[in-house]
Amino acid sequence: MTTLLNISKIDMVFPTPKGDFTALQNVDLQIKKGEFISLIGHSGCGKSTVLNVVAGLYQATKGGVLLNNKEVREPGPERAVVFQNHSLLPWLTCYQNVELAVKEVFRNKMSASEMKDWINHNIHLVHMDHAAHKLPDEISGGMKQRIGIARALAMQPEVLLMDEPFGALDALTRAHMQDSLMEIQDELNNTVIMITHDVDEAVLLSDRIVMMTNGPAATVGEILDVNLPRPRDRLALAKDPNYNNLRSSVLTFLYEKQRKVETITTSKKTSSKKEEVA
Amino acid sequence: MTTLISKLVAGTSSFSQFKTNFRIFNYYAKPVLLPVIGMLIFMFLWTIAASSINTSLGKFPGPSEVGTQMVNLYQEHVAERDKADAFYQRQEERNAKRVAKDPTYEPKIRAYTGKETFLDQIITSLITVMSGFILAAFFAIPLGIAIGLSKNLNTAINPIIQIFKPVSPLAWLPLVTMAVSALYVSDDPYFAKSFVNSLITVTLCCIWPMVINTSVGVISINQDWDNVSKVLRLPKLKHIQKIVIPAAIPSIFTGMRMSLGVAWMVLIAAEMLAQNPGLGKFVWDEFQNGSSDSLSRIMTAVVVIGFIGFLLDRTMQKIQYHVSWNKDSAKL
Repeated sequence: MTTLLNISKIDMVFPTPKGDFTALQNVDLQIKKGEFISLIGHSGCGKSTVLNVVAGLYQATKGGVLLNNKEVREPGPERAVVFQNHSLLPWLTCYQNVELAVKEVFRNKMSASEMKDWINHNIHLVHMDHAAHKLPDEISGGMKQRIGIARALAMQPEVLLMDEPFGALDALTRAHMQDSLMEIQDELNNTVIMITHDVDEAVLLSDRIVMMTNGPAATVGEILDVNLPRPRDRLALAKDPNYNNLRSSVLTFLYEKQRKVETITTSKKTSSKKEEVA
Repeated sequence: MTTLISKLVAGTSSFSQFKTNFRIFNYYAKPVLLPVIGMLIFMFLWTIAASSINTSLGKFPGPSEVGTQMVNLYQEHVAERDKADAFYQRQEERNAKRVAKDPTYEPKIRAYTGKETFLDQIITSLITVMSGFILAAFFAIPLGIAIGLSKNLNTAINPIIQIFKPVSPLAWLPLVTMAVSALYVSDDPYFAKSFVNSLITVTLCCIWPMVINTSVGVISINQDWDNVSKVLRLPKLKHIQKIVIPAAIPSIFTGMRMSLGVAWMVLIAAEMLAQNPGLGKFVWDEFQNGSSDSLSRIMTAVVVIGFIGFLLDRTMQKIQYHVSWNKDSAKL
């Protein structure tokens, strides 16, 4: 299979008052059609920056992103984003949130009734038919994220970008959402880049896990192929030695090779900080 | 320990009955009863204070005088209306007689020129404040959105806003009056000059809070919503219509409620100062009149002005509640 998305040697430098800050250096990654990629790394390592560059919300300082051999210069619906905190518009119902996307993306391409069917189809895909006409404030966090996913899927993106989509959810809801996502993925076989800091989530969902080194000047550390057969079942996998090997190699990378050195603040330091604040 | 005791005690039915009754009382009666008690205490203190203030126009008006004057002012209004009706009826009869005598005669109707009553003045003030407010919103909200969207425009305009915002519109009043009489020249003006003066004064004081709050609402728009719009590649106008305006609605309403409150205060002062028709003129006329009833009539006006101001804000709040997605901000 040929490369669909080519993240070609990107550097990302942010100007700050204290001088330039290099967030990413020489990040290079090729993604095939239908692949599910997880980006994993410690917080602050620039995972989100990679995603934002692919989305077109940031422009890389050096290098670039090619989608179907065309350079990405601005955001667009062919690279739909599922944001961490759902980012539904609170004044629109769930249906209207999806509708806004569908009306914009399929303007002049679908009739009104086709649009309606397509919106309902996507809401059905994430099992949210019962709450389609509720406002985001009236439903739970997991449900909001489902609608966020429905909105992104409804754009029929070539690449689906997910920025810690389940990060804000409790463990049980997260597991439920992961199963739902796998189910959808079996049906649609989308190309997905998902950011996560959850090792189990990464192994369970991905075809490849891209592990990033710590910032500043973060880059791709290792890439792990997850050759577990699909469909995957979380209970069966828990006893699978292959699964546990994969899991432990990600853990090794994160907690041995890229151990994040947390600065331990002594009580003296904190008190002086407090004084500064005061 | 206390819960244990209350559980033990709750066993006796009369006590639990009392507790439920007390809960019902707390829930339903408190919101009604407490304001009534507050009002009664206020009336009592007012009466005592009023009776101990002796002015050259008699005693300071207490609640009972205000009550009397409310009835009086309403009766005067009804009497004035009757007089006006009678006046027009007499004219018609006279004209009919003249036409019967001389068919070539073209009847003229002369307008009744009686004094405006208290109710007329209230209506004049309300019309003025609403027109000035709507005119201000018409300019201020689009300007606020433009400033919120463009950092450059914000930098350019901000100093002007900051300088004019603290100016009392009353300082503008003489300038407005002169400018209006120089520019608004017409043989048959649709609006009276005094109305235009008051209206512009109200507009001037409404405009700043609305511009500032609208622009703040637009600037502080959630970055994620902005990103959603970018990913969808919404065209500029659609972005404003679908994302910016709904997102800024709570702030826009905050600005509108603030400016309407200030406008109502300023309008009364402007009417007093410029002798423009309205409640302010009523207050000033009564003061100049200096009869033994004057103070109680002014006090009635004060109460009515306050009550109308309250109703204006409540109306805006109700509108906000229906229009805005953020129901929390529509509460007091």
